[in-house]
Amino acid sequence: MFMLEKAVVGSRRYWIWVGCLLAVILAGFLCYLLQLQVGLGITGMSRDVSWGLYIAQFTFFVGVAASAVMVVLPYYLHNYKAFGKITILGEFLAVSAVTMCMLFIFVDMGQPMRVLNVILHPTPHSMMFWDMVSLSGYLFLNALISYVMLESEREGVAPPHWIKPIILLSIPWAVSIHTVTAFLYNGLPGRAFWLTAILAPRFLASAFAAGPSLLILLAMVIRKLTKFDAGSEAIQKLALIVTYAMLINVFFVLMEVFTSLYSNIPADASHLKFLFVGLDGNTELVPWMWTSVTFALLSLVLLIVPRYRKNEKLLAFTCVIVFLSLWIDKGIGLIIGGFVPSPLETVTSYVPTLPEITIVASIWAIGMLMITVFYKIALSVRHQLG
Amino acid sequence: MSIDRRKFLGVAAGASALVLAGKASVDALASGSQPKQGGSLANTRWAMVIDPAKCLKDKGCTACIAACDKVHNIPDFKNPKHVVKWIWKEPFKDAFPEQEDEYTIEQYKDKPFILMCNHCNNPPCVRVCPTQATFRREDGIVMMDWHRCIGCRYCMAACPYGSRSFNWLDPRPHIAHLDPDFPTRTKGVVEKCTFCEERLARGEGPACVEACEAKAMVFGNLDDPDSEVRQLLKARFSIRRNPELGTQPEVYYLV
Repeated sequence: MFMLEKAVVGSRRYWIWVGCLLAVILAGFLCYLLQLQVGLGITGMSRDVSWGLYIAQFTFFVGVAASAVMVVLPYYLHNYKAFGKITILGEFLAVSAVTMCMLFIFVDMGQPMRVLNVILHPTPHSMMFWDMVSLSGYLFLNALISYVMLESEREGVAPPHWIKPIILLSIPWAVSIHTVTAFLYNGLPGRAFWLTAILAPRFLASAFAAGPSLLILLAMVIRKLTKFDAGSEAIQKLALIVTYAMLINVFFVLMEVFTSLYSNIPADASHLKFLFVGLDGNTELVPWMWTSVTFALLSLVLLIVPRYRKNEKLLAFTCVIVFLSLWIDKGIGLIIGGFVPSPLETVTSYVPTLPEITIVASIWAIGMLMITVFYKIALSVRHQLG
Repeated sequence: MSIDRRKFLGVAAGASALVLAGKASVDALASGSQPKQGGSLANTRWAMVIDPAKCLKDKGCTACIAACDKVHNIPDFKNPKHVVKWIWKEPFKDAFPEQEDEYTIEQYKDKPFILMCNHCNNPPCVRVCPTQATFRREDGIVMMDWHRCIGCRYCMAACPYGSRSFNWLDPRPHIAHLDPDFPTRTKGVVEKCTFCEERLARGEGPACVEACEAKAMVFGNLDDPDSEVRQLLKARFSIRRNPELGTQPEVYYLV
């Protein structure tokens, strides 16, 4: 059934890894039961910072999910053969990341049993309705595409013709998921930090840097552990995509900084001040944000200079810092920074609690488990396991 | 648990009876205050006019807040991060951050102003709610359906006035004096001021207005040209919070 039988046979190393992930998932599940019993009060969120790590992680992983388009588009629209072997990895990454997004939304709900009210009372004027439509559509498209492609590979036949238009549809759909996610934030009148038309383009740029970085790292790990080699041409091309996307992302961020600081409208500038120098003595995010800036600038040097980019050991390090830089920027700063200061200019500190972090970690572990199982299935089909 | 549930169902039954009686009573109330228009939800637009000068005469007074907390079973969470408030006081400079002029506001900046849900004509919270659990009634009241709310808190992000509170924990153990005439809420839902729609349905005014001895708050129908609120807004200059956002608040502050 769905080739899942290939995931339940494996080496000792495979089972130890899966066991570790399951342990983290179990810990998170227990914390979630506590949250279900006691309420979201067990998190660090508050009346003023009413969204925290859950929604921030959701935002970041929508980007990772959308980035699959960066391998699908060159392969299917430009017939770029070097990506042939890794499109399936990109699509499986998308399926895992979208599932994580849905879980992050779900654990953030105050009344999760009522979540189907979104379908029972469909509300087109709410961007959250469209986010649900675009995310579930994207999950369906990528699950279908990767299954059909892998199945025909296993059977040794050409993929059915009807799958091509579906693959083409998944390309604009990937752009749509991150655009709609940006729209969640940038249509809110009282939140100056998000009220910027460049939010969606910026989301896409950072997604197309973070996602392919992760894909490069995954390809390198797989090459170490198995006989599957994505090929240095594919990795180098992905690195070039990361380079351009990271440049555009930093450019967009600087646009934001200029507009906010030079116009000097207090409501706009105060969020940046909170993030980068602290506000009213509250500096908890300052070291994080400067780490993000340092990693971003360092990664640009390592990406732009061809000698550094072509050194694969160095490239692995670069991909790690690109990923971390954007994770801090989007997975922490963007959401928390939007709430502080509040529209009433209150500065409220937000520090995630241990149960909250455990729940986040367990959703990460679910994502990693999905990636592990999917990639194992894909490589088993290709008889390329080590 | 079962007692809670039964008690809750009882209150819910009472509430639905009230809703049934509600339309008729609102009609009666509206026609009472505006004989010329006949009165119905459609030609009623509720608004609040606050006179800060009267309110500030006794800065320590919290009668309106206490009255609201009491009739609405508002929990008293000790943790400031979890606080639930429908009506509260905030220093002028935070309530009106766009009023920047340091000389004009010098004497006002730290003075407490009464804040509540603005019952916007163009409410961003209603626009973003994915389940229509929060909605605008024809008479302008922005309402909450606590049984439909999924607790996504999108409305809290959308409200530019900080008027919405979330039940981070079960509120029931934190209610000082339970009023059986009003529903309690469950954990995980958002709540806020409703202009005392349950009292309007009975032909009474909002609890905060009634409790204010200084008569600093006036509540009425903006669609009635003879109403006290219209007369006040005609006679005196007033400001609203963040009017540049286009939300069109229905709470006015007399200058």
